[in-house]
Amino acid sequence: MVTAVTSFGRSGLSDWLVQRVSAVILLAYFITLGVSIGDGVTYAEWKALFEQTWMRVFSVMAVLSLAAHAWIGIWAVLTDYLTERMMGAKGNVLRFVCQILSSLAIFVYVIWTIQILWS
Amino acid sequence: MKLPITAYASITHRVSGVFLFVGVGLLIWMLDASLSSPESFASLTNTLTSVPVKLLLWAVLAGAAYHSVAGIKHLIMDFGIGESLEGGVMGARIVIASAVVLTLLAGAWIW
Ligand code: HEM
Repeated sequence: MVTAVTSFGRSGLSDWLVQRVSAVILLAYFITLGVSIGDGVTYAEWKALFEQTWMRVFSVMAVLSLAAHAWIGIWAVLTDYLTERMMGAKGNVLRFVCQILSSLAIFVYVIWTIQILWS
Repeated sequence: MKLPITAYASITHRVSGVFLFVGVGLLIWMLDASLSSPESFASLTNTLTSVPVKLLLWAVLAGAAYHSVAGIKHLIMDFGIGESLEGGVMGARIVIASAVVLTLLAGAWIW
């Protein structure tokens, strides 16, 4: 199959594991954000939280997890529906285009988040 | 088309995942606005008082709630727990029920 070349780790088993580790990191990050916001935060408290080194490291970890998780997740969806078997040769083209668009979005998310954290 | 509850639970996990991929853009935008300056923080809090924005945010949180609960179920089943027909049906019911509860809580939180 020509689909394996666009997978995340070139191996299903590795993708499976990365998908799970990144899920746990994302879940922990969402819970941390929810707890920190609580009944509402002031700008000063919120800003101070994101000035802490651990929070910055955690945020970078979260966005990198998002990148891996979304890459694998979107790949799984695209290779299920936009395929040669489902729609002929144009399936491959369409899948490739969607893959490029989603990797662009992932790239923007990562750079944007890093920029937010260090500006 | 009549499908078993497990099929609905599974496809909703997929749909919520794709939806979240877009929704996370809103969350990062909010993070940006909340941290840039005291003024942008204030204008964000103001934007968040409008009903359409609240509904949009609620939809993203609902997607996150469902995807997370169903994701946790995936992880539990990966450990070999609940891998039977009854276990699958029960798992799907628990996932849907918890996601509904979390979504209502998220709604209460936003309003
Ligand atoms: C912004 C955050 C997230 C995005 C954009 C996202 C997106 C996705 C997508 C598109 C898929 C593929 C769905 C499929 O193949 O049917 C997926 C799978 C998965 N997600 Fe997420 N997800 C996010 C957060 C989470 C969290 C917090 C968890 C928590 C446990 C999680 C757990 C999983 C699991 C376990 C799978 C694999 C399912 C399988 O192997 O079939 N995800 N995700």
